[in-house]
Amino acid sequence: MTGESLYPVLEPLLAQIQKPIQYVGGELNAQVKPWDAAAVHWALMYPDAYEVGLPNQGVMILYEVLNERPDALAERTYAVWPDLAGLMRANGVPQFTVDGHRAVADFDLLGVSFATELGYTNLLEALDLAGIPLHAVDRDETHPVVVAGGHAAFNPEPVSDFVDCAVLGDGEQAVGDITDVVKAWKAEGRPGGRTELLARLARVDGVYVPRFYAVSYRADGAIAAVTRTRDDVPARVGKRTVMDLDEWPYPKQPLVPMAESVHERMSVEIFRGCTRGCRFCQAGMITRPVRERTITGIGSMVDAGLRATGYEEVGLLSLSSADHSEIGQLAKELADRYEGTNTSLSLPSTRVDAFNVTLANELSRNGRRSGLTFAPEGGSERIRRVINKTVSKEDLVRTVSTAYANGWRQVKLYFMCGLPTETDEDVLEIAELAVEVIRAGREASGQKDVRCTVSIGGFVPKPHTPFQWAGQASAETIDNRLRLLRQAINADRRIGRSIGLRYHDGKPGVIEGLLSRGDRRVGRVIERVWRDGGKFDGWSEHFSFDRWTTAAAEELAAFGVDLDWFTTRERTEHEILPWDHLDSGLDKEWLWEDWQEALSEEEVADCRWTPCYDCGVCPTNGTEIQIGPTGRSLLPLTVV
Amino acid sequence: MARQPDGPPPPPTVQKLRIRYAKRGRLRFASHRDLARTLERALRRAQVPMAFSAGFSPHPKISYLGAAPTGAASEAEYLEIGVAERCDPEALRLALDAALPPDVVVLECVEAGDGLGSLADRIDASVWRVELPGVTLAELAPAVEAFLAADVVTVAKRTKNGLRDVDARVAVAGASAAEEAGCAILHMVVRQVTPAVRPDDVLAALAAVADLRPPLPPRAVRAAQGRLDDSGTVADPLGPDRAARTHCQGEHAAV
Repeated sequence: MTGESLYPVLEPLLAQIQKPIQYVGGELNAQVKPWDAAAVHWALMYPDAYEVGLPNQGVMILYEVLNERPDALAERTYAVWPDLAGLMRANGVPQFTVDGHRAVADFDLLGVSFATELGYTNLLEALDLAGIPLHAVDRDETHPVVVAGGHAAFNPEPVSDFVDCAVLGDGEQAVGDITDVVKAWKAEGRPGGRTELLARLARVDGVYVPRFYAVSYRADGAIAAVTRTRDDVPARVGKRTVMDLDEWPYPKQPLVPMAESVHERMSVEIFRGCTRGCRFCQAGMITRPVRERTITGIGSMVDAGLRATGYEEVGLLSLSSADHSEIGQLAKELADRYEGTNTSLSLPSTRVDAFNVTLANELSRNGRRSGLTFAPEGGSERIRRVINKTVSKEDLVRTVSTAYANGWRQVKLYFMCGLPTETDEDVLEIAELAVEVIRAGREASGQKDVRCTVSIGGFVPKPHTPFQWAGQASAETIDNRLRLLRQAINADRRIGRSIGLRYHDGKPGVIEGLLSRGDRRVGRVIERVWRDGGKFDGWSEHFSFDRWTTAAAEELAAFGVDLDWFTTRERTEHEILPWDHLDSGLDKEWLWEDWQEALSEEEVADCRWTPCYDCGVCPTNGTEIQIGPTGRSLLPLTVV
Repeated sequence: MARQPDGPPPPPTVQKLRIRYAKRGRLRFASHRDLARTLERALRRAQVPMAFSAGFSPHPKISYLGAAPTGAASEAEYLEIGVAERCDPEALRLALDAALPPDVVVLECVEAGDGLGSLADRIDASVWRVELPGVTLAELAPAVEAFLAADVVTVAKRTKNGLRDVDARVAVAGASAAEEAGCAILHMVVRQVTPAVRPDDVLAALAAVADLRPPLPPRAVRAAQGRLDDSGTVADPLGPDRAARTHCQGEHAAV
């Protein structure tokens, strides 16, 4: 019987593994709907461990949006750790959902949200555990339709062998359209089998079905052409954009796990999209334009969410939260509202700006004052012009000293290493900055115990950004620069001991680069790595660089390309990129110009305040920047 | 000089309440920390007026007593909370129970009596009931007998510092075998010693002395906790507080 609970066969296995709580479901605000009452069944997967996947906003939103439909049912599934996976294989227990403990293979659709490409091997592992054929071509109409979403879905080519379709852009409305198509096809008695269903899905706005597009290659390894194989599917697939976020106040009932997760707080997305134009930032490029939630919309989501969860911290989420047109008023009015309740509000990392210190002071008035995080991203003023995140050294030091003077003792600074045009000197300036920050901080606060943590990761060029043409820095380059930085920070122990350095080595970034800008040929590498035991590639204890390089060398040789061809090679202007037929709304010419301006260290303005239609997103997609201020205020909450 | 946050200190604790709760069903897989997180959030949703510690990182005043291990169910877990406004214990019990998942059940809430001593001093032993699916009484009874006849039964136990040898026998104050619906049941009273001896350790000891190897994972339930007296009885740790309350009722404010 489909939709039956596997819990009775799973339970004896749970007694034998680590952290069994992550597999039992029953989280606060989780739902288990009756199987037969729904016409369309969705399994939603975040392809990483439960503790990482559960707080994911995208999955939480779609879970709730789908479950609100009487004709749909959505349950969640996550990557299973190797201890349980081994027992499941030995005992014939397939990949299951944590809500109803139903077999993933019983569902009509398996939606997988890819926030990072390093989850690809976990998709293969889940398909195999689920008993779903690994390759899309081997599936028939009894198998779930595997749908990729999330930011990585803007170049799904490396996983095009394994997924049936990819959704570009916002999912809230797209999942509804897909549900309608599947429901109608099932009601009609599944005419034309799986091919017909996929053809119908390919005509849904924002849905890309790779099998209906053929890719040919030139002798030099580059793509010769991408052509559609049916004329009833779009030549280019555009992205979905939800307008008016106040109409989509999800998650309304955020999930609260018993198990520990990476985010022990609830989040409210205060706006989507970003037009700051940071050239490295894929999220900022592919989620344009800026669409703000109003102050009142945010206020009611915070209130409803806190009541529904009991969390004591609310993160005001977005790509650059201090840029919300009503942020000052919002911070003050929320802090007033939660005065005396030990509820704290926080912003994710912010731009370096003194105003953000004021904001953070206001937001932390009622609760725990953790550290402040700024993201200058580049070590030198020159490299910050290249990436279009301009802030002078003086402003940076002044802002951080202000934070220390206001009682913050711990400041975190985020940087990247391996940016285009970067030299050793650009990275070494991070050390100078950190030293100056500590000196100025000790002076401003009158305390010796101020601390600064420098967090630095290797830059990975991403599709649909001006840096999509850039040659990625090699792992050796990254590791060498990080070594020089560590030495420079430790040169003066009296200051160096107040500076923490957190970094990752350059190797995982190279593989992320391969998967980010790869094409269909990379699918064989992913499959080979998974067959050789690769999974949980986002976890250093599971990631094996050697396994990836060996697989890449052996699987790509037949095509005359290699790992470096996909990563460290700089692309030329007219090369056909694997994702050119996927439309993020950005004009390729605009991106190229922006890339050229980056190389000549020229900045570009934020179009929120200086109207501009250059990038191509507005108004061709029927979208427009939506910002306030609205002039409204938060009303006091009524006492219950 | 230690830095202190601006503003007045948090309001003091005006009342302490002691709570007994059960973890059942799927939530036997919850660890102590999972339960602590869940309880703290449920207390907030139930709008219990918790007292908080002072400082930059205020924490609600909650103390947990010896938690049942991950994988074991329990009918007798205890915690004590401090509140900043007086609460009616029964109203608080109902509100907290409603805010918790169905498999965490708040069984009792009593006000801590003045001068009656700490809850921790009233607990030094656990009463366990372990179901052994696939094992018969005829297999379990001689194993228990052999275990009880031994002076020392050393088992290897996984601890933070790796494997360590522990005597499982010394902690067991009493044990007996029974059967229900064809499934053997092990009843035992285990002293709370350091390092802890858990049902798993006793089962490992049964394997060591009598080669008893259950074909399916056993299911342990902690039936009670309390102070073990010389007669082998485990006393109800909330008894003294409950007795004191029956003598002075009628002064509670409502939640």
